[in-house]
Amino acid sequence: MANQPRVKLPKTAKSGELVQVKTLASHDMETGNRKDKEGKAIPRLILKKFSCTLGGAEIFGADMHPAVSANPYITFYIKAEKSGSYVFTWTDDNGEVTTVSQDMAVS
Amino acid sequence: MSKSTHQMVQMDRRQALKVAGAGVLAMGFATAAHATPEDAAMAISKLGGSAKADSAKITIDLPEIAENGATVPVNVTVDSPMTAADHVKHIHVFAEGNPSPEVISFNLTPSTGKADVGTRMRLGKTQNVVVAAVMSDGSVHVNKKEVKVTIGGCGG
Amino acid sequence: MKIKTVTTIAVILGASFTLAACNMKSTSEAPNPYGKEVRSGYSYATPETQAMQDDDFSNPGMPLVDTAAGMWNKPAGEAKKSCADCHGAVDDAKGGPVGIPMKGVSAKYPAYDEATQKPMNLELRIMKCQTENQKAEAFKYDSKPLVGMTGLVAMQSRGMPRVSTADDPNDKLHAAWKAGEEFYYQRRGQLDLACKHCHEDNAGNIIRAELLSQGQSNGFPTYRLKWQGMGSLHKRLGGCNKEIRAEPYKSGSDEYVNLETYLAWRGRGLVMEGPSVRK
Repeated sequence: MANQPRVKLPKTAKSGELVQVKTLASHDMETGNRKDKEGKAIPRLILKKFSCTLGGAEIFGADMHPAVSANPYITFYIKAEKSGSYVFTWTDDNGEVTTVSQDMAVS
Repeated sequence: MSKSTHQMVQMDRRQALKVAGAGVLAMGFATAAHATPEDAAMAISKLGGSAKADSAKITIDLPEIAENGATVPVNVTVDSPMTAADHVKHIHVFAEGNPSPEVISFNLTPSTGKADVGTRMRLGKTQNVVVAAVMSDGSVHVNKKEVKVTIGGCGG
Repeated sequence: MKIKTVTTIAVILGASFTLAACNMKSTSEAPNPYGKEVRSGYSYATPETQAMQDDDFSNPGMPLVDTAAGMWNKPAGEAKKSCADCHGAVDDAKGGPVGIPMKGVSAKYPAYDEATQKPMNLELRIMKCQTENQKAEAFKYDSKPLVGMTGLVAMQSRGMPRVSTADDPNDKLHAAWKAGEEFYYQRRGQLDLACKHCHEDNAGNIIRAELLSQGQSNGFPTYRLKWQGMGSLHKRLGGCNKEIRAEPYKSGSDEYVNLETYLAWRGRGLVMEGPSVRK
């Protein structure tokens, strides 16, 4: 991705606290249904997978289809259980992966 | 191909126009092909279990009228304790009137803590948004909400 | 009874003509064409769209701004200078070695450019900096990097009121302001509409399914839900012109910069919001 995604995750949380995560990626989410000015079909290119992991284990994920708006925005909750580096990844149709890591300290 | 061209030559103008018209109509139909409520129901039936319709467990937060169909915010909450024994595994969002009904599938775990997810989606016209939640016991809950999408606003 | 009705209509007509005459007045004491009720496009938006703008983690234009913030510090061009080399950090109140901070810039732009003796908007100013100071190739108007950089600079003026004194005949921008005013009231296109027909006479009314706003510029660049991307004021103006089936001018053209100068004056006092979110 040309522009890095935004991730809002608190830096600290109390054990057991439910924290809301907001993620915003920068992507055209080309549906494959559109045509260019010459009438040629523009090939589909979307972000199709999103995941949030901690220590390799998936906490939350999403499978996206072309009906997800450009610049995909996904919000969800996680239960603060362990401190660590939370890894957010987006994978497009071509297998290109964009990763953002953010630390959250749980006390 | 050559045969049909040959036939065309033999037609009078009015016939040719009729055929051309039918062709355009068929093409228009093909490009404007939309999913139907049946398509969405089919997708839901594949999730397994017997789907419980109008489930009060599912709350869908959507604008009544979308300001623009290209970016419609949606938030879904499912009533669940989200424990290892009893949690929501998947939340599927379908748009009955889009070219294909699938919008997004959220995959949750007990570590998600709360079944409360949101995104933004494209809706081609006024239609029902159908949400199916698959629980850890395999049961499927379904609910839906209509969104009005207005077309023909100011462009640029 | 009949006579009374006719008189009433005459009075209403008379009053509206007087009002129209007032609106056209353009001395520096002239009230804003909207009187006290200058309204941002934000106030016409649905709660959902407002919520997208209220939180920068939800404003879909922000990743472009983040990228621009990275470019701010990166040397570019033959001069191998970064924006920060001259202006310091983008939010530096002193404005770095050259003493030109970014805070407040978008609230007072377009500004008068002595070299061309024309008004220059934020986009053109950034492009000029690139070619003259960085000795680099300027971003293209309406390209993502330029929209992002404009957003980054505009953001430094968030919350500040729009200022303009371009209606003053002694103001260097006055000629541009005048040209912009003429554009605003000039009917154009197949639908034969002027800007004022929608945005002055009918702001707050609904045309088909569309709620008309005052057409204020304080939120630009803006992420438009319809575009599914962030874009410039000129891109929006081009869209407006196409919508009334007029030939749009080019982004960055004198016509649109003049109109932008006039629109800034119409929106004076409005709080700057860019990068905003609109339908």
